[in-house]
Amino acid sequence: MNNLAVNLPGLELKNPIMPASGCFAFGREYSKFYDLSKLGAVMMKAATGTERFGNPTPRVAETASGMLNAIGLQNPGVEKIIENEVPFLANYDTSIIANIAGSTLEEYEKVANAFNQTDDVHALELNISCPNVKEGGIQFGTDPGMAAKVTEAVKKASRLPVYVKLSPNVTNVVEMAKAVEAAGADGLSMINTLTGMQIHLPSKKPLIANQTGGLSGPAIKPVAIRMIYEVKQHVSIPIIGMGGVSTAEDVLEFLLAGASAVAVGTANFNNPYVCPEIIEALPETLQKYGFDSVQDAIGKGIVQA
Amino acid sequence: MMKKEKVLINSFRQIALDTIEMVVENAYISQTAKPGQFLHVSVEGHMLRRPISIADINKEKNTITILFKVVGSGTAKLATLTPGMSLDVLGPNGNGFQIDDQQKSTILLIGGGIGVPPLYYLGKTLAEKNIEIISILGFQTKDYVFYEEKFSNLGRNYVVTDDGSYGEKGFVTDVVKMAGDFDSYYSCGPLPMLKAITTKLKGKPGMISLEERMGCGVGACMACVIPTKKSGGYKKICSDGPVFHAEEVSL
Repeated sequence: MNNLAVNLPGLELKNPIMPASGCFAFGREYSKFYDLSKLGAVMMKAATGTERFGNPTPRVAETASGMLNAIGLQNPGVEKIIENEVPFLANYDTSIIANIAGSTLEEYEKVANAFNQTDDVHALELNISCPNVKEGGIQFGTDPGMAAKVTEAVKKASRLPVYVKLSPNVTNVVEMAKAVEAAGADGLSMINTLTGMQIHLPSKKPLIANQTGGLSGPAIKPVAIRMIYEVKQHVSIPIIGMGGVSTAEDVLEFLLAGASAVAVGTANFNNPYVCPEIIEALPETLQKYGFDSVQDAIGKGIVQA
Repeated sequence: MMKKEKVLINSFRQIALDTIEMVVENAYISQTAKPGQFLHVSVEGHMLRRPISIADINKEKNTITILFKVVGSGTAKLATLTPGMSLDVLGPNGNGFQIDDQQKSTILLIGGGIGVPPLYYLGKTLAEKNIEIISILGFQTKDYVFYEEKFSNLGRNYVVTDDGSYGEKGFVTDVVKMAGDFDSYYSCGPLPMLKAITTKLKGKPGMISLEERMGCGVGACMACVIPTKKSGGYKKICSDGPVFHAEEVSL
């Protein structure tokens, strides 16, 4: 028996590890390093209704144990992604999750609907939490009413399970999670990046051209763990966890907090092999801490009140 | 094709103010790298790798020479390494200078500061094809000048400093006239310099090598992009570049 397998709405994962959206493009670059069939799933870079060119540069800045980015949802648009990118990923034995973004409710509906054309996408990740574009969905991600509205609209437009990607840039993440669950979300993915800024001393100005950027990397892992831990106790839909994961131990920590699968983002940049390395190390890590399977560890870190 | 490789540091020396030359050994990279490509170097304690261009290759000894300027905490950390230690690098990355159809021509190399290194391996490769090389190297001050002798061995060479403390005074664009006739040019240096050069030499065939803060360095994260002139949109510096035709990108 495969003790790494996890079954989630739309996703029969052979292992719980997947590259996070925006950190892996559409897989082509990393397919030069390893066989993408090793991955539980791939979360594709965000798709919008039409092509987006993104923000001016610099778009990234290194921070202590992390980095800031403000790419700005650069992507060729949903139609080209379905035409050129999905078929490439479909060559691999892995699940495909399409991340969808938009500026308006209509754009979200259009993108969600477009993915109905293909049988190769297994689930949608609804991006209502990109902090880096003026109208990139963040307005939907910080207001529970708006979040529910876009979730409902996307559920109606799509035949696929919908995982809503939550923003950590809110006061009460549980309220957001409950709102999208009530609106029909099949799962959650959390967390997106935390809004931050770095000021460049030589120029005395914000380093990133967009001024603010999304903080990712190990620096945000404790925030992610805390939020998943809180949300897990108030929803019954599964959570795909992410935020600073770079080792099998990190993955176990996310499972214990309540995640059912785990995405790896920024760590891919330093080590292109990080996902397959984690997958290989995971059985031993589970065993070391007394778990028979991934399934067995989910939510086991939660202290019952 | 780029691979994740361990390279052994063979030698390490400071060759100008804040400027380090490091010779590393790795069979795969030394045998496959082309002029203009770079190594994406992992630095202990830092999230992101540092892109460093290849300054020279010795295929017999399996060595690669890289130069870097100490400008921040990452390069400062690299500057503490010593021979015998190893580095984790991705390489060779990116697309280098196209050098195929340049037989029997005169080439002008224009380098500025830490943009000078990739032009050396390019110049050496061109010189081996009996192409005439003229080079212009610009630095801030006398203290930052390096590789003058190496470039002089390739052909006529002009050094220019911003303050005139060494060689000619002014910018590289000020001495282009002195260099005389040439068929095409290759340039690497800070963005304002590349802007000035491509404007001054508009109409001449040229290739420029760009730098930018990078994330993945392999073309996946879309951090290091440059607007293109024709199609609208962006090219990725790490994987479409770092070398572009001068007319291709909008600086």
